[in-house]
Amino acid sequence: MAIVDMSAREMAAAVRAGEISAREVVEAHLGEIAAHDHEVSAFLLVLEDEARRRASEIDAAIARGEEVGPLAGVPIAVKDNMALRGVETTCASRILAGWRPPYTATVLERIEAAGAIVIGKTNLDEFAMGSSTENSGFFATRNPVDPSRVPGGSSGGSAAAVAARFAPLALGSDTGGSIRQPASLCGVVGAKPTYGLVSRYGLIAFASSLDQIGPFARSVEDAAALLAVIASQDPKDSTSLAAGFDASEITSGVRGMRIGVVEEMLDGVSPGVSSVLDAAIAALVDAGATVERVSVPAARFGLSAYYLIAPAEASSNLARFDGVRFGLRVEGEDITETYLRTREKGFGAEVKRRIMLGTYALSAGYYDALYGKAQQVRTLIARDFAAAYERFDALISPTSPTVAFRFGERSDPLSMYMSDVCTIPSNLAGHPGMSVPFGAAEDGMPAGVQVFAPALGEGTMFRVAMALEASAAKPAVPVWRSAAAPGGAA
Amino acid sequence: MSLEDKYLITVGLEVHCELRTATKLFCGCANTFGSPPNTNICPVCLGLPGALPVLNKRAVEYAIAIGLALNCDIRRSVFARKNYFYPDMPKDFQISQYDEPICVEGFLELPVAGKRVGIVRAHIEEDTGKTTHVGSSGRIQGADFSLVDYNRSGIPLVEIVSEPDMESADEAREYVSELRAILVATGATDGKMEEGSLRVDANVSVRRKGTDELGTRCEIKNLNSLRSLGRAIQYEARRQMEIVEEGGRVHQETRHWNEDSGMTSSLRSKEEANDYRYFPEPDLVPLEPSHEMVESVRATLPVLPPARRAVLSELAGGKPSPSELEQIGTCVALELDGYVNSAVAAGVPFKLALSRAANELAALVGAGGAVANESFVELLRAEDSGRLSATQTKAVMSRLAELGGSVEDAITALGFVGLSDSEVAALVERVTSENPDEWSRYLAGENQLAGFFIGAAMKASGGKVNGRIFSALLAGKREVSRH
Amino acid sequence: MSSDQISRDETLHIAHLARLAITDEEAAIYASQLSAVLAHARDIGALDIAGVEPTMHAVSMRNVMREDVVEGSLDRDEVLASAPSSEAGMFVVPRIVGED
Repeated sequence: MAIVDMSAREMAAAVRAGEISAREVVEAHLGEIAAHDHEVSAFLLVLEDEARRRASEIDAAIARGEEVGPLAGVPIAVKDNMALRGVETTCASRILAGWRPPYTATVLERIEAAGAIVIGKTNLDEFAMGSSTENSGFFATRNPVDPSRVPGGSSGGSAAAVAARFAPLALGSDTGGSIRQPASLCGVVGAKPTYGLVSRYGLIAFASSLDQIGPFARSVEDAAALLAVIASQDPKDSTSLAAGFDASEITSGVRGMRIGVVEEMLDGVSPGVSSVLDAAIAALVDAGATVERVSVPAARFGLSAYYLIAPAEASSNLARFDGVRFGLRVEGEDITETYLRTREKGFGAEVKRRIMLGTYALSAGYYDALYGKAQQVRTLIARDFAAAYERFDALISPTSPTVAFRFGERSDPLSMYMSDVCTIPSNLAGHPGMSVPFGAAEDGMPAGVQVFAPALGEGTMFRVAMALEASAAKPAVPVWRSAAAPGGAA
Repeated sequence: MSLEDKYLITVGLEVHCELRTATKLFCGCANTFGSPPNTNICPVCLGLPGALPVLNKRAVEYAIAIGLALNCDIRRSVFARKNYFYPDMPKDFQISQYDEPICVEGFLELPVAGKRVGIVRAHIEEDTGKTTHVGSSGRIQGADFSLVDYNRSGIPLVEIVSEPDMESADEAREYVSELRAILVATGATDGKMEEGSLRVDANVSVRRKGTDELGTRCEIKNLNSLRSLGRAIQYEARRQMEIVEEGGRVHQETRHWNEDSGMTSSLRSKEEANDYRYFPEPDLVPLEPSHEMVESVRATLPVLPPARRAVLSELAGGKPSPSELEQIGTCVALELDGYVNSAVAAGVPFKLALSRAANELAALVGAGGAVANESFVELLRAEDSGRLSATQTKAVMSRLAELGGSVEDAITALGFVGLSDSEVAALVERVTSENPDEWSRYLAGENQLAGFFIGAAMKASGGKVNGRIFSALLAGKREVSRH
Repeated sequence: MSSDQISRDETLHIAHLARLAITDEEAAIYASQLSAVLAHARDIGALDIAGVEPTMHAVSMRNVMREDVVEGSLDRDEVLASAPSSEAGMFVVPRIVGED
């Protein structure tokens, strides 16, 4: 088997056993990136030298007989909104171009301690605001399965990198579906953990009360292995939970499990995605679960609440990009003009739109009717989910109502926002959710099934995901590997 | 009738107090004054992308201590973001407490004014960095560029907001001085106004006597001393009275006190400045001090100024006169009450001990000197016994404050070693025999001539004779001569 | 809920609060786009949820604090190297005109 087709766990085991070197693993992936990233544009920055150096260090440590960690030698693609000391970190925004943070995000310290190797920083919608990666301040990323289509977003670069075999694992961040939706659109596994399970220290904030870092992988077990490494309490993050994740109990199956299908997430779903969900339900029933429809009424209001809360927090989080201490400055006559010009030049249209929306939602006279009410709706959503979890162990839904769309197809902001209608409620409630690829829908494009569980119910969620994966059709492959590209692109 | 007689002044104060923690409010950078610029900075207090705040437990304990000392309720509180752009604020928002502060509804007693000032709230917030304006005039307006140092950014503050219960500059000064004494006593702050550890903003309004409705207030900033505070309030109140008197209207605004010109001037009045878009800080969780935490802080509180004043008042017989009240206040504010207590315990009369502590000792300490408690007691006993005159006592105290050393050495060095009893007796013999006429009249009952003999004795001894001893011996000689 | 239609002037005011320079034409576009999003949010405006506690955090933690122990600070030169402009160990910013 080619190195790039191995699972992350197989790679780490082979490296630890001395069967292959970390250096070989890195070279194989760098080779794949060199050969195909021009078709995908998953990376903003490939860390060739650093990755080779790290690989050599790991090989040397193995030669010395030292413990090298559970992900020894495994390349990881990292969404470019996580700070890595001395390495350009941009959030795909011109306002941060060239910025080299003087510190490293906690998650990146954790994965490095586990022996993993950051192979590159991946593209995203600027400041993680978007669902297609078209809003990157630098360039768009293409879906490896069909490059005429978007990879989803905002973690489109990370999803695409894993789908393209540029890395077996990737890290993304999910504020309203930014891991799960691109995972679904690119045909890979993507999980948003319980809010607080993974440290946000060093994650450049979009909406602090919703942001959560999570794994991408090509298999459920690989995703679990990465989550096990990054899930632990961090004294630098006040919202970090005293909890971890144990990946060893996810294979026990779903026999006897009660699984609900969220009714509110079936509206407006494409026929192809709908059939994928039906097949998934059948698979779970075959595996011994009881599956029933369930209503989570307040989930309908998720989108509205989200598009008040997230921009409000973002408007404040993004104030610091002002040209004073780091990043872009466009000099003006005085400080106010410098602020205005710097931010005018440095932010893209979607970021500005959300900053304006959030500023409005928080401004005097509107707070109670907009931001305050949205926070109350959040309570309703959490309550309705809690009621559903009294009857069900886990819930499922489509991840995205549609398969990957073509570039420029959704130019109106509101229609783009609709991409996240199924994923947003779990961010608002703080519950975990993940997308598992389950074959193909329209035009042969991949579609995922979303699995939800109550807070800190990752164990249950991964068990359901394992069961789905076991029955799923063969996963989608990058266009350069398929004889004929799916869809009408070829 | 003067303007001041026709109007009432209303003052409310907002005092920012820097806490004496080892580290900043939300990060582990050192909380120190005077480090080289930008050497105590980290991703958190520099507001770098991705950094997150974590609350300093010691700062919370100090805030609770302040709340308890000000008789506040300690409540569940929530941090909020106050959003506005300014280069000294790294995140372009300040983390503060807004609608749910940790301490609410307390009060503080003003002993001299004899009134109670309500405390609306005391809340925790982070300090900003410091901007230095470089350019022609040194003022903000017209500076060519500014330099920013973030060492102060994130230093913990407690902001204490009073009710508008004060009615004069004197009351405002007394409030700040009393508040400062309490804050210093809790250990929460060093209280150094000159280093900015204590910063005062005053809200001042005036209204014509006989009307109930409060006038429009102006907020005065840049009050760096008690003196500035008093002067600024007087100036501002007068300014507002003149406006109202001429039929004008006072505009609500922030004004800057200029110490040199002795005037306040408008700093900003843009309405937009008030839209801070507060919302709960999502990177921090609510602060709900447990009963145990509050009680453990309470247990560490020292005896606070009001209680210490009560001890001195008791020594004054329970009903101190107004001037004694003021002296007691001074002693407690400057933490000199321990001197008075020690002296009284050693047998020195209360009035003498209080006066020496509140006047001479206070002045010396205010000028940076120090006198040991034991020395103070020893010196006052010497004065009380008559061995030293008041003038001599003060001179000795000055010398001790300046140079230290023992009381005896200071007395010797100043030449205040009095004449021995036999030398004084010899002096009595000498001046009475040199002035026979006066002696006869004195014997005949002209008591006021004692002063004449003392003067003569002083002259003859070069000032070394102790007047009280001399008088006693002189009177003794008269008794003997009469019989 | 407030009226859904945001005026162009209001948009310009919001843009200034957020320190975003926008042209009049952009203001018109943003005004209509923001209005559309707010119109969509009308569904929650209609909800009668008085008395429902707001959820600020998905986690229900309280009293997360650290000990008051000094940790290392950053190297000033490394920090200032990322600054647009610096001098004498400090960040240089253009002149501050008034305050707002």
